[in-house]
Amino acid sequence: MEKRFVYADNAATTQVSKPVLEAMLPYMTEHYGNPSSIYSMGRKAKRDIENARLKIAETLGCGASEIYFTSGGSEADNWAIRSCVLSMAEKGKKHIITTAFEHHAVLHTCEYLAKQGFEITYLPVSENGLITAGQVKDAIRSDTALVTVMYANNEIGTILPIPEIAGVCNEKKVIFHTDAVQAVGNVGINVKEQGIDMLSLSGHKIHAPKGVGALYVRRGISLPNLIFGGAQERNRRAGTENVPAIIGLAEAVSSACADIPGKVRKVTAMRDRLIDGILPVECSRLNGGRDNRLPGNVNISFLGVEGESLLLLLDMNGICVSSGSACTSGSLDPSHVLLALGMPHEVAHGSLRLSISDETTDEDVDYIIEVIPKVISRIREMSPLWEDIINGEKDMDSLLKWVSPVRKMVNQ
Amino acid sequence: MLYSEKVMDHFANPRNVGEISDADGIGEVGNAKCGDIMKMYIKVENGIISDCKFKTFGCGAAIATSSAATDMIIGKTIDEALKLTNKKVVEALDGLPPQKLHCSVLAEQAMKSAIADYYKRQGVDPLPLVGEIGECAACH
Repeated sequence: MEKRFVYADNAATTQVSKPVLEAMLPYMTEHYGNPSSIYSMGRKAKRDIENARLKIAETLGCGASEIYFTSGGSEADNWAIRSCVLSMAEKGKKHIITTAFEHHAVLHTCEYLAKQGFEITYLPVSENGLITAGQVKDAIRSDTALVTVMYANNEIGTILPIPEIAGVCNEKKVIFHTDAVQAVGNVGINVKEQGIDMLSLSGHKIHAPKGVGALYVRRGISLPNLIFGGAQERNRRAGTENVPAIIGLAEAVSSACADIPGKVRKVTAMRDRLIDGILPVECSRLNGGRDNRLPGNVNISFLGVEGESLLLLLDMNGICVSSGSACTSGSLDPSHVLLALGMPHEVAHGSLRLSISDETTDEDVDYIIEVIPKVISRIREMSPLWEDIINGEKDMDSLLKWVSPVRKMVNQ
Repeated sequence: MLYSEKVMDHFANPRNVGEISDADGIGEVGNAKCGDIMKMYIKVENGIISDCKFKTFGCGAAIATSSAATDMIIGKTIDEALKLTNKKVVEALDGLPPQKLHCSVLAEQAMKSAIADYYKRQGVDPLPLVGEIGECAACH
């Protein structure tokens, strides 16, 4: 098959879509007024960002005044979690519940709060990448200030039972935040119906540009100032609004959520074809269950293979993927998400994440299925670890039990 | 993190990959838990390393440093080979990202460990000649 370019890293970022770009462009060259200016060009910018806020609010099922624009998902996560420092610590509530496999924007903020005297409970994740509402219920204490659980995991694509978890928190009157960066556009979200108190979303995962996101905060929850200065974002986040990006975000959120069932059907079929096409590679495993999984996410580990060299070889074949999370590149440790599943380091090192979108074609899927086994063979041929595995010389049972069987029996 | 063109070339077209069935010395360093294992084979004729091959499980830098190191010691005497430091491997590759420097340390250790094995097979205590081959500091 001829070499082609396949972008299969949509969980890292996405291409800005044409409708989003077209919606944004006039705000750079024609309607460039400052929303705080009182002449007509400023008033237009103000009106249009408020319409954008309303559009997002309507999509999420909340009021426009409950949406705050941010620079992205990480800022929204930081803001939401840090909000409880002032409001809750005063009431003596200094306990936060989260999970072991959250995004670093959540985990590192929790670590920061731990240094400020908060106690953090990290709920363990099951081998198939889920947590239950029961776990949350059991962990809630009288001094619990906040529960923060991601809607869908960025690496292994598992979708968590957020309405049930939110229900438990509502019942116990504990504020519930969810990082929905990966879920928006893939799962139907209605914050009021689902009992969500705070929700983070990001633009660039859903075909808006980088550098824009939003935080939903239910009316009645106190949200401290993030940036002091002007009166933007209801006095809580000063700084002239990024008008074109906000316009783009609204367009992206509403189009991502316009036909979720249709998109899920189409993308899931391709995802399953990818999984079924790759898993026959011996000594591999799918990370995260097939059920409750984002339609575009494939995460597979290959024993005897190191993820970075796999990623580089796939890049040479025109295929863009991640190994673990792109956010963790630069660190030598395997992904904290895979380790949270209980997987040994050795298996986690050989992980590959493909994240496809509705732009991915059947030809792209065929190409990936053709290239991956060849690249795996090439890496394994030069891997002393693989040599030990197929020769059965060392005791590898603790690793082999995680993956599909070795097919070749060299010594027979 | 950015790899130099030389690193990418050694990664894409690694030199001296494989095994030597009648090797005179074999060294293996690293471990799977850390994500890097290097295995080096040497053939020694008249005190000269006439052939060297490697197998590596690891990242792009691990493969590139193995490839460069094997290239650098073929045709050298054992004494010359022992003078090969990880720094020289890094220089030969036009540099490595800081968090990947440990791969070059592994390449040096793999080569030294193969030479130590050669000495052992000759009935010579390798310690005074090769020195202590420590664990990679980055792994601990």
